[in-house]
Amino acid sequence: MNIIGTPRRRVDGRAKVTGQTRFADDVMLPRMAHCKLLRSTMPHARIRRIDVSRALAHPGVYLALTGRDFPTTYGILPVSQDEHALAVDHVRFVGDPVAAIIARDELTAFEALDLVDVDYEPLRTFGDPADSLAYPEPRIHDYGDAGNIHKIVSLQFGDIDQAFADADEVFEDTFFYQGNTHLPIEQHAAVAAKDPDGKLVLWSSTQTPHYVHRALARALDMPAAHIRVIATPNGGGFGGKSDPFNHEVVISRAALILDRPVKICLTREEVFYCHRGRHPVLMQFKTGVKRDGTITGLHVRTLLDGGAYGSYGVASTFYTGALQTVTYHIPTYHFQGCRVFTNKPPCGPKRGHGTPQSRFGQEIQLDKIAEKLTIDPAELRLRIVERPDTLTANYLRVGTIGLADCIRRVTRAADWGNKHGKLPAGRGVGLACSSYLSGAGLPIYWNDMPHSGVQLKLDRSGGVAVFCGATEIGQGSDDVLVGCVAEVLGIPPLDIRAVTGDTDLTPVDLGSYSSRVTLMMGNAAIQAAERARDLLADAVSKKLGVPKDRLVFADGRVFDTENGSVGISFAEAVCLAEAMFGTIGTTGSYTPPRSAAKFKGGGVGPSPTYSYSAAIVEVEVDPSTGWVHVPRVWIAHDIGRSLNPTLVRGQVEGSVYMALGEALMEEQTFRRLPPRLSHALVHKFPSMLEYKSPTTLDMPEVFTELVENPDPRGPFGAKEVGQGPLLPVMPAVANAVYDAIGVRIDEVPITPEKIVKALDAKAAGKAPRYGPARFPDIDWPAPLHVPPPWEGGDGKAVIAPNAERPERPAAERHASAAERHPSPAGDRS
Amino acid sequence: MPQNAHLALTVNGEPTEVAFAPYKTLLEVLREDLNLCGTKHGCELGECGACAVLLDGHPVLSCLVLGVDCAGRDVLTVEGLVADGRLHPLQETFADLGAAQCGYCTPGFLVTAKALLDEHANPSREEIKEALSGCLCRCTGYQQIFEAVEAAVVAGSAKASNTRSAKAPAGRSIP
Repeated sequence: MNIIGTPRRRVDGRAKVTGQTRFADDVMLPRMAHCKLLRSTMPHARIRRIDVSRALAHPGVYLALTGRDFPTTYGILPVSQDEHALAVDHVRFVGDPVAAIIARDELTAFEALDLVDVDYEPLRTFGDPADSLAYPEPRIHDYGDAGNIHKIVSLQFGDIDQAFADADEVFEDTFFYQGNTHLPIEQHAAVAAKDPDGKLVLWSSTQTPHYVHRALARALDMPAAHIRVIATPNGGGFGGKSDPFNHEVVISRAALILDRPVKICLTREEVFYCHRGRHPVLMQFKTGVKRDGTITGLHVRTLLDGGAYGSYGVASTFYTGALQTVTYHIPTYHFQGCRVFTNKPPCGPKRGHGTPQSRFGQEIQLDKIAEKLTIDPAELRLRIVERPDTLTANYLRVGTIGLADCIRRVTRAADWGNKHGKLPAGRGVGLACSSYLSGAGLPIYWNDMPHSGVQLKLDRSGGVAVFCGATEIGQGSDDVLVGCVAEVLGIPPLDIRAVTGDTDLTPVDLGSYSSRVTLMMGNAAIQAAERARDLLADAVSKKLGVPKDRLVFADGRVFDTENGSVGISFAEAVCLAEAMFGTIGTTGSYTPPRSAAKFKGGGVGPSPTYSYSAAIVEVEVDPSTGWVHVPRVWIAHDIGRSLNPTLVRGQVEGSVYMALGEALMEEQTFRRLPPRLSHALVHKFPSMLEYKSPTTLDMPEVFTELVENPDPRGPFGAKEVGQGPLLPVMPAVANAVYDAIGVRIDEVPITPEKIVKALDAKAAGKAPRYGPARFPDIDWPAPLHVPPPWEGGDGKAVIAPNAERPERPAAERHASAAERHPSPAGDRS
Repeated sequence: MPQNAHLALTVNGEPTEVAFAPYKTLLEVLREDLNLCGTKHGCELGECGACAVLLDGHPVLSCLVLGVDCAGRDVLTVEGLVADGRLHPLQETFADLGAAQCGYCTPGFLVTAKALLDEHANPSREEIKEALSGCLCRCTGYQQIFEAVEAAVVAGSAKASNTRSAKAPAGRSIP
């Protein structure tokens, strides 16, 4: 390996440090008009009337659009096509777009927004999941499992009652994970234009150009072949740019109507309202254990506050219950999840997508279990780590597992044995672990095609162009793509040009989400490069008279491994191959292995392989103020193989950073304005000043350990690193706070106020804890019974032992039949 | 529409004349009227530090500076860091050491760090943290940024012997 595994400058490094990376808002075209969106000031209302005539009369305004111009809905998941580019007659949160103004410049468009007259009829506002559970009417959407319940699921793998009966101890705890947002430094921006052929081009800061492409074809009722989506490098994504967005659809239509380019750049406040971030989740963990720490069964309940639209929510719901079994051996598992609609910005995928919340609950509960059983928390986890090459109770196929190594490495590095329970009062350490997908095993819409495709074009000059739909969001996907090709062809990375994220020019890659790019695109790139190498080897072998299997591609040459002086340059090899075969172009593609899960809901969780992390956080807590200082974090990550260690370290440290923000300060929360000011439900602090995120002064020292045990399913053995290392940090902070001051903070963010309250409770002789009191009563549907593999199951659901027929969801009975709409076909989740 | 302002200033060492709507911020003048898109924006409210430029050698948030206040002054943006076709040592080390991930906050960090190094030849880690505390980065966790600044100090002091990015491991530099 010459390139793989060596720390090096990323291929787009020079562009980034010279300011030449062309982000969406840097796209400036002649005759370009500017768009602004008028957003609802009401959290929940009918639109009685909307009048844009005054706005249209404003000098410099070219066009005004309303919901009437966008009759067709769209959405990221086939089961939740619930968004209009502009609201037709129903607004669902403060910030829901209702009209668009396109004008000669941004200021003119801003001014004209004030001239749009909207007459709202207010509806009951649902600010809290409890409201959504209690009141099925008025419905925020006319689809979903019942009333204002978007999705409610119940999956049972084995006899959970028996598992608890078999346990020596049963623990039951409730946790709350507050929502937070991605906060990419780049605000969402996009430019749409009609190309000279009359077709549509959209440049956008999107993580998922392929899905935007599909959504535009649907929402604009245009042939997809006449739409080109170019994902500009994202100025940070973290999941926040994974949905097709209103503004992308609006400016596309505007550009087609006006026949001139139209740009939009959201304000920071609008970015907060676009959201699609971390779901607030209330959860209950019930775990049965033997005295030695072995888990007999786990029952997880989650209640997700989904906000106003579906977004990825159905997947998010299942993700709150998917990966517990991938981390630890859990022979019997019961998951119940419920996502409700509320009149707040829609939640969706943020780094870790649905798994950080339940990871937080599980890892704190394990800390409590360890204490009760008087087992060291690290030792407890080592005893229960899931076994390699296992099919879990919920039919996730796990291959290599580096978690035990991670735990050993991180405890050694942090000197855990001499610190946990042994530091002076006010100081403590906490440990937690996690696992994450290396790419979702199923696509968002059902199809049998590859998840990632790569094309190579070899030039007579020796230059190579690589084409792939993958999207550079800062994580280094271009570098992975080029690195894999460079390694196989034995040429310098900078001799390769990457063309990515362009639906006209590049084969489909599903997008930068679910930590899928390195594994899937990497494998596709290797396949394409190996096919090209094979052609070149044929030609060189013939020319030099050296057997093909003795040829080596390295250092820009192709040579005889037994006699290095017999060889030719890579460029000459390309010429020989071109003379022999014609123009040299190859393709590669990647499709994940089939999932073992055959039950409804089994589409969320499968992955070609899983990464593992373990983290130890050290804290210093001031008991008088509740202030938490984090001086040091140790983290070990099972990466399989590190392709470019500089980038890998950056992903690990960036994850730790974002996790500390979630653990200690970040929260996306809302308040009601006073009744005299409309009583609207608004974001508490939609600004970067008041939405607290860690600065240079807050960031601790991070000690990163990489566990490298190449995974046969990964490119050169690599697994993901972009999301997994975030997961253990939040619960490790909570566990460290307990070690420091003896109180449990069972929710994030762990603010000084909560710590002081917990200390006050402790001093008053009450439970030394701050967190939710109880999980609400929810009318769960009858569970889908899926016998685990060790009970002879085949991954399919069976009829429940005591039920003659599968019951329809209990909650559904609340909804009147007239309001229920048939759920759209293609529910893969 | 108010009449355009017209003024002369120095941008990246070049005497420059520019006409623009008088309400525009320096950020807007740079990006929209001078086509210097290297300077970014994350909030336009002075909260994120992405739009930092040097005004007469000192870091300012260009979203909070009015263009009309810049007559006769000296502005340095990320585009002005390259000298004689060569990257500034900070640019080399940021690129080599992973200090730029998405790269969106990078121009602001680079010019702010340059101002620091112009004043303190050898700042401590704490001084670096303090100087950069007004710039937010969501990707890196800052650690590789601190290391890149420290490496640039080493590279800068080694410049006399014509060694570039001395501390930077691997990676080819393109001038």
